[in-house]
Amino acid sequence: MDATTDTIESFVNSDYKYGFVSDIQTDAFAPGLSENTVRRISEIKGEPDFLREWRLKAYRHWLTMTEPHWPNVHYPPIDYQAYIYYAAAREKKKLGSLDEVDPELRRTFEKLGISLDEQKRLSGVAVDAVLDSVSVATTFKEELARQGIIFCSFSEAVKNHPDLVRKYLGTVVPANDNFFAALNSAVFSDGSFCYIPKGVRCPMELSTYFRINTAGSGQFERTLLIADEGSQVSYLEGCTAPMRDTNQLHAAVVELIAMENASIKYSTVQNWYPGDKDGKGGIYNFVTKRGKCAGRNSKISWTQVETGSSITWKYPSVLLLGDNSTGEFYSVALTNHKQQADTGTKMVHVGKNTRSTIVSKGISAGRGQNSYRGLVKILKSATNSRNYSQCDSLLMGDRCGAHTFPYVEVRNSSSTVEHEACTSKIGEDQIFYCNQRGVSTQDAVNMIVNGYCKEVFQQLPMEFAVEAQKLLGVSLEGSVG
Amino acid sequence: MELLDIRNLSAGVEGRPILKNLSLSLNAGEVHAIMGPNGSGKSTLAGVLAGRTDYEVTGGSVLFQGADLLAMKPEDRARAGVFLAFQYPVEIPGVNSTYFLRAALNECRKARGESELAPIEFLKLVKQKSKILQLDPALLNRPVNEGFSGGEKKRNEIFQMAVLEPRLAILDETDSGLDIDALKAVAGGVNKLRRPDNAALVITHYQRLLNYIVPDFVHVLVDGQIVRSGGKELALTLEARGYDWLTEPAAAPAGAAS
Repeated sequence: MDATTDTIESFVNSDYKYGFVSDIQTDAFAPGLSENTVRRISEIKGEPDFLREWRLKAYRHWLTMTEPHWPNVHYPPIDYQAYIYYAAAREKKKLGSLDEVDPELRRTFEKLGISLDEQKRLSGVAVDAVLDSVSVATTFKEELARQGIIFCSFSEAVKNHPDLVRKYLGTVVPANDNFFAALNSAVFSDGSFCYIPKGVRCPMELSTYFRINTAGSGQFERTLLIADEGSQVSYLEGCTAPMRDTNQLHAAVVELIAMENASIKYSTVQNWYPGDKDGKGGIYNFVTKRGKCAGRNSKISWTQVETGSSITWKYPSVLLLGDNSTGEFYSVALTNHKQQADTGTKMVHVGKNTRSTIVSKGISAGRGQNSYRGLVKILKSATNSRNYSQCDSLLMGDRCGAHTFPYVEVRNSSSTVEHEACTSKIGEDQIFYCNQRGVSTQDAVNMIVNGYCKEVFQQLPMEFAVEAQKLLGVSLEGSVG
Repeated sequence: MELLDIRNLSAGVEGRPILKNLSLSLNAGEVHAIMGPNGSGKSTLAGVLAGRTDYEVTGGSVLFQGADLLAMKPEDRARAGVFLAFQYPVEIPGVNSTYFLRAALNECRKARGESELAPIEFLKLVKQKSKILQLDPALLNRPVNEGFSGGEKKRNEIFQMAVLEPRLAILDETDSGLDIDALKAVAGGVNKLRRPDNAALVITHYQRLLNYIVPDFVHVLVDGQIVRSGGKELALTLEARGYDWLTEPAAAPAGAAS
């Protein structure tokens, strides 16, 4: 190993600043999963019959499935009986307003930089916060309701808008879609629900913050977002977890539906605990995210900045059913230490004149392994469709890896598919050039990495772009000395 | 005032010696040219002074304004006022040129105990300096050196120098790959930046550049040693006679002129 690699190697030591544990009383199930667990979750939440049956069907199907092993990630076998499938912060009484939220809980969210305080409306972001498995509070609900927008926890949606839930649940990611989606469908405990009515432009960013607190618990949340005809919404989710030396499981499902002329922008800043530098602990992030451009001229855009989790397995995808619909995927995935990520997207073109854009930026440092896996499928019906894909990898040091698995299927002759890929090493030359202008190595690396990710950061809402840049800086702190 | 004092400097790459007991000193207000054939160690000298880690210093010392330059990290050398105009300026995709330069300037200002320059003041400064170099302002909105032509890259180096106002500028073959107009613009920029309190070390293959940047001293580097030093007329002699006559046994190595 040469001296230059040495410098980069020593850059790989940083602390996870969200690793605190909150002392909040929780009601949690004993570890274990059975049909009874599923029934009890449904019962506690007072769910209607259709949902209980839907869960049970998912659970029975899940039993027949096997865990997928095609991703380019390695981990010891998961004991699904060892996880806690339900943990909720203990409520003393029914909450009348946000002021009555457990102060410890509020402190937790304050540490995360999430204001649950409606007075701090300057931020202009409506937040639904999910701790462990249960949604804690949703801000700005009333203001949104005036425009007919429903933004609430999934449980509330089940109670107050069962018809909408019944109509759309599982229509994008069916309960039997894959192993982890089936597991989620059986045991999901909460999540966020959002409905934007016809012609409404959501006046603020909607945001969900997920946090796993209880030791040994799995988090299985479900997000369902429907943008009705001609509506527009921008949605952001953020995720953190305490530092624990066991691996916690996060298997979420996100379903997006965009009707005619509707547009959904969904951004994720994922910073689940990545494990320590030897790869101990951290979150297994096995997530199914999919959007359906159901109507003509609809648009779904995914932007993700993934710096956390010990293992990431996710492919936010778009089904382009409506003619002239557009799907986008912008991703920055960083793996440091011993993190592994197998992530990418699927763009399935069904409607005519559909367009998709994929910009994926992988960054590998330390011993991190980063795989891009993507499918572009253009069906016979999708005449005159276009896809542009760009998959770049940036390597830091000589012990990390970058892998690319692009799949392309085109079934008609009027469509165009472009694919560009580029792998680069963060150049010692670049770092030295910055040094020679007075910029420290740490700042130089941040600058170079942020420059590399610029196309993706530009897609994020302004304030989150800043947050994402900082996050990347923190995640790479100490990686070059 | 003595700005730079190189004494018996030896350096190499992977055990292969390149610079051999090289001594040279520069005073403030002077321009020194270093000429020499390919492989004589010119770029190594520039690299060692700027702190490139590819080179290993095996002996000697370098004092910059009285401080041990070799003990300083590259960024600290830059902040202390050592500027290297790169022979091959590096591209940094996605990093805006103006942003980059402001970060650099503020680091240098911080090191001098000055406050950071606010964006508006900085833009004023940039506007003023870009005129000196006749640099297309549009370049400053592009990522650092990305997609710049060879000439634009070299101009951009001198432009950065104009903004950072170093005490010692090292120009590493800044003339290579420049057409005559670009050469004049670059040389004009360097001349305008000459002040009694700064100095320049101009490394070049050809005498051509020295028609425009007139040096006070010319040193000839051959096989890692300065074999002759003289005034600006030495450059003309080299242009006419080449380097071979200097390496014949009769030519005794001369010490550094100062």
